[in-house]
Amino acid sequence: MAHSAINVFFAGNNFSRILQGLWTSVWIAGASLIIGLILGTLLGILRTLPNKIIRFILRLYLEFFRIVPTIVLLFLFYYILPRTFHINWPASWMAVLAFSLWVAAEFGDIVRGALESVPLVQKESGLALGLSRVQLLRYVLLPQAVQLELPATINLATRVIKTTSLLMMISIMDVVAIGQQIIEANNQKYPTAVFWIYGLIFFLYFIIDYPLSKWSKQLAAKQNR
Amino acid sequence: MSWQIITQSLPIFLKAFELTLWLSAVGIICSIIVGILCSLVQYFKVPVLHQIITAYVELARNTPLLIQLFFLYYAFPVIGLKMSAQVCGIIGLVFLGGAYMAEGFTGGFAGVNSSQIDDGKALGMNNLQLARYVVFPQGFALSMPALTANVIFLIKETSIFSVIAIPELTNTALDLIGMYYRSNEYLLVLVIAYAIILIPVILLLNYLERKVRYGTFGD
Repeated sequence: MAHSAINVFFAGNNFSRILQGLWTSVWIAGASLIIGLILGTLLGILRTLPNKIIRFILRLYLEFFRIVPTIVLLFLFYYILPRTFHINWPASWMAVLAFSLWVAAEFGDIVRGALESVPLVQKESGLALGLSRVQLLRYVLLPQAVQLELPATINLATRVIKTTSLLMMISIMDVVAIGQQIIEANNQKYPTAVFWIYGLIFFLYFIIDYPLSKWSKQLAAKQNR
Repeated sequence: MSWQIITQSLPIFLKAFELTLWLSAVGIICSIIVGILCSLVQYFKVPVLHQIITAYVELARNTPLLIQLFFLYYAFPVIGLKMSAQVCGIIGLVFLGGAYMAEGFTGGFAGVNSSQIDDGKALGMNNLQLARYVVFPQGFALSMPALTANVIFLIKETSIFSVIAIPELTNTALDLIGMYYRSNEYLLVLVIAYAIILIPVILLLNYLERKVRYGTFGD
């Protein structure tokens, strides 16, 4: 039956539905990354300030996201926002919010690390030229930090993409949820459909993430040379 | 928020807590073993196996655990390989974790200063002696940060076991929320439970990392 089970991809509108599900996962990952990277840059800059209270609060914020598994994070937003704060957003917005805050925490740490590893002489030279704090950040520290943090940022992106597989847990119609529906609907006609559908989803995640992680590794190797 | 709800749920959470600890421990230990074996193959560039393991590491690292678990739990029975949810969970976690650990150890071995290897050669060591006395001890010390990150990552990944109905912490909390609709209480217990597991682990590993740093030379 194996030769016929692959037909499950093309039965009805299955294939376009899978692509639709993939698009849901992709836009949630994309939006979360964009918002998270912007917010994370701000957090990273704040964490290099000498103010101890700000640094302590931001450190707590980071550790919270390090300790709570992402799946639990999704549920925190999914249950607590509507029930306690009466915010009734669509589940996909909640996912974007949860992921963005998570990305911001992790990226903030990456930015902080990169800013701190810009050689001190660069900072001193900038100050000696009479640059203000903002100018120093804008023209000296951030451009160099961006280059340093690129491999870790790409890595973070691959993790966000993989984590979108959890979206179906808060009833978002992502690629996994649609795959499940197709499997259930075709169980009688194609008993091995489960193999092909999950195989396809596995492959889809791989072809998105593999080039990214390869790129990140190459960049890191170049920097270490 | 009601304390009564929380205290009533504690015995159930305690069971789930034990299961999460147990699954994490087995998963991490097996992952470290798989990781060491794979990184040895990578270090000595054993023909054929070397390529297979490179492919395995890339496949496991670039796909989500959830899909790996669905494959093991739902797709494998179709070809006649039926396993219990917990066995699937551990196999999935070790499949993923082994690849991460292999990557970490391989990176550690590669990070050993080349002057150390030259010195070893100058002393007349052969390749095996170099590996045993120079590269591995320093390589393991260098891979400690990666090991720490992976251990924390794998403990957190056990939360994904909830999708194949293993009654670990997350699954238990979701079950309770489904039954009694008290999401705030159960989610609070859930987050605290993960903190109780992870904070000591993070502190211990950071301490070990600092200790082991003395094991490297040549910089």
